[in-house]
Amino acid sequence: MTAAAPDLLETRDVSVSFGGFKAVDRVSLNVKEGSITGLIGPNGAGKSTLFNAIVGEQACDSGSIRFRGKEIGGLTPDGVYHHGLARTFQIPKPFAAMSVFENLMLAAPDQPGEHFWVPVVARRRIDRRESEIAERAREVLAFTTLESVAEEAAGQLSGGQQKLLELARVLMSTPKMIMLDEPAAGVNPTLTRVLIEKIEQLNADGCTFLVIEHDMDLVMRHCHTIVAMSNGRIIYEGDAAGAQSNETLLNAYLGATVDA
Amino acid sequence: MIGFVSYLVFFLTITAILAIAVLGLNLQWGNAGIFNGGVVAFFGTGAYIMIILGGPERGGEFGGFGLPWPLALAGGAAAAGLLAILVGLATTRLRHDYLAIATFGIAIAIEAFVRNATYLTGGAKGIRGFERPLEALIDNPFLYSLFFLALAVVLLIIVYAGLSRLVSSPYGRLLRAIREDETAARSLGKNPARVRLEAFVIGAVIMGLAGGLYATFYAFISPQDLAPILTFQIWAMLIVGGAGNNLGAMLGTFVVWGCWVASGYVLSSLAPQELQLYAGTLQYILIGLIIVVTLLIRPRGLLPERLQVTKRPGPQNTGVISNAGEQYQS
Ligand SMILES: Nc1ncnc2c1ncn2[C@@H]1O[C@H](COP(=O)(O)OP(=O)(O)O)[C@@H](O)[C@H]1O
Ligand SMILES: [Mg+2]
Repeated sequence: MTAAAPDLLETRDVSVSFGGFKAVDRVSLNVKEGSITGLIGPNGAGKSTLFNAIVGEQACDSGSIRFRGKEIGGLTPDGVYHHGLARTFQIPKPFAAMSVFENLMLAAPDQPGEHFWVPVVARRRIDRRESEIAERAREVLAFTTLESVAEEAAGQLSGGQQKLLELARVLMSTPKMIMLDEPAAGVNPTLTRVLIEKIEQLNADGCTFLVIEHDMDLVMRHCHTIVAMSNGRIIYEGDAAGAQSNETLLNAYLGATVDA
Repeated sequence: MIGFVSYLVFFLTITAILAIAVLGLNLQWGNAGIFNGGVVAFFGTGAYIMIILGGPERGGEFGGFGLPWPLALAGGAAAAGLLAILVGLATTRLRHDYLAIATFGIAIAIEAFVRNATYLTGGAKGIRGFERPLEALIDNPFLYSLFFLALAVVLLIIVYAGLSRLVSSPYGRLLRAIREDETAARSLGKNPARVRLEAFVIGAVIMGLAGGLYATFYAFISPQDLAPILTFQIWAMLIVGGAGNNLGAMLGTFVVWGCWVASGYVLSSLAPQELQLYAGTLQYILIGLIIVVTLLIRPRGLLPERLQVTKRPGPQNTGVISNAGEQYQS
């Protein structure tokens, strides 16, 4: 990543309110192509809501969202996903009664068999694509160290494994950018190390990340850029060193974690 | 003896017809998680349209098109599908509880409509008289009842085979994922609104087919057949058999319909004359009891849904089939 890298994701004055409460307040955020950008801020700062707004899960009051130079504001989440922008959830959303393997198979794009008339007319085409997807699923299982639980019901996994499954599912396609919502929360230290290693590996292969994370140590060490939010607003945008010496940020956030 | 056998044939025919409707509901609820509280609306639409399209002239009333039976049956099923498109566009975005109430209301509205639209539906007296397929050729009534049973079973097998294929395909996987978590499916590029509407309509077409077959069998349909109790019974069959499992759906139909018929027989032969009127009520209670007991003892039904349903391609097919844990109810 170079300083001159173009913005992959760009929000301009995005606001979201619930009733009279502004959860996201005129947020303008830039994520450089090829970066790992950390999004920090105390609980309730509006980080998850911002994610939801970016992918169209949550309607914005105003503002624009551009991805790869194209306006994606107003698209539905499936449309945003097809533009190459994927996200995971803070509280994992596994397809609980389906096996881990099926969770991955489902997440793959371009399966013609997902139209109801195709199973009737073109079994071959489905099988060919299923074989490709299954191969990819096995790679992703190995990559995310979930092989041993492949045949288990996803709802039965530990919280940490479910977090890995969140990442595994979005890796079934090759998104340009992944937004991770607290990927390490509730994950044990060993799995967290695996997770970080995988994120850096994917980043080296060209995938851009926007990561919400509470562990300041992780953020400082692994993120190229740090954006901090508080009360729905951006209060800091810059590098790790700057973040550590920023008064507003220290007061709003770092102090709070120390107290907690 | 011959009385018992012919009753058995009658019982099995009705079971096969109802099983088709239960399979339709299984696609909607068991696979896609769509709560249809108005099954009878689609069943009834299939029945009425079939008999209007295929039936004889009815002295000045609408209908009597005399279409060949297969066309009339298909027309009834298509009409049920059309109704589902209208209902679905208006309601499938609704949450489960609201969707249940909305579909229940639609079924009540349709029953009221057929009861009053006499020109179209014969009103409260219904539409009577229909020449059943090949009835003229097979003049022995018992042989004909055997033939009709075979016909119903063949249609049931076709529906079962088609649905099994659909459910074990990637489309079935997509349905289950949307049932499990719509938001997650959407975040992975799927379009739940489209898929839910499709499953709702396909399920309704199957219910319409069952209704058309039902009206054919009795050569008669009236608003009586569209009472909410039928929706309730079909739900009971699915829950007892095992939502999400097509074999379970058919088994549940057999068990619940068997209990219904047996209890009706016992009550009508045991209950004193003056209490006969209330015997029906006891049957309702019995069905409720069967549901409650099933939910307590086997909450996922007699044949629970399997965890791995999609057909696996390729050499590394492990063929692993296991049961999802009981804790993933709800
Ligand atoms: N669906 C919702 N309805 C009402 N308020 C919400 C909703 N989602 C989030 N909020 C509120 O918006 C604020 C921001 O929440 P969130 O984006 O989850 O914060 P963060 O992810 O930074 O912890 C919180 O005060 C939260 O209670
Ligand atoms: Mg959050």
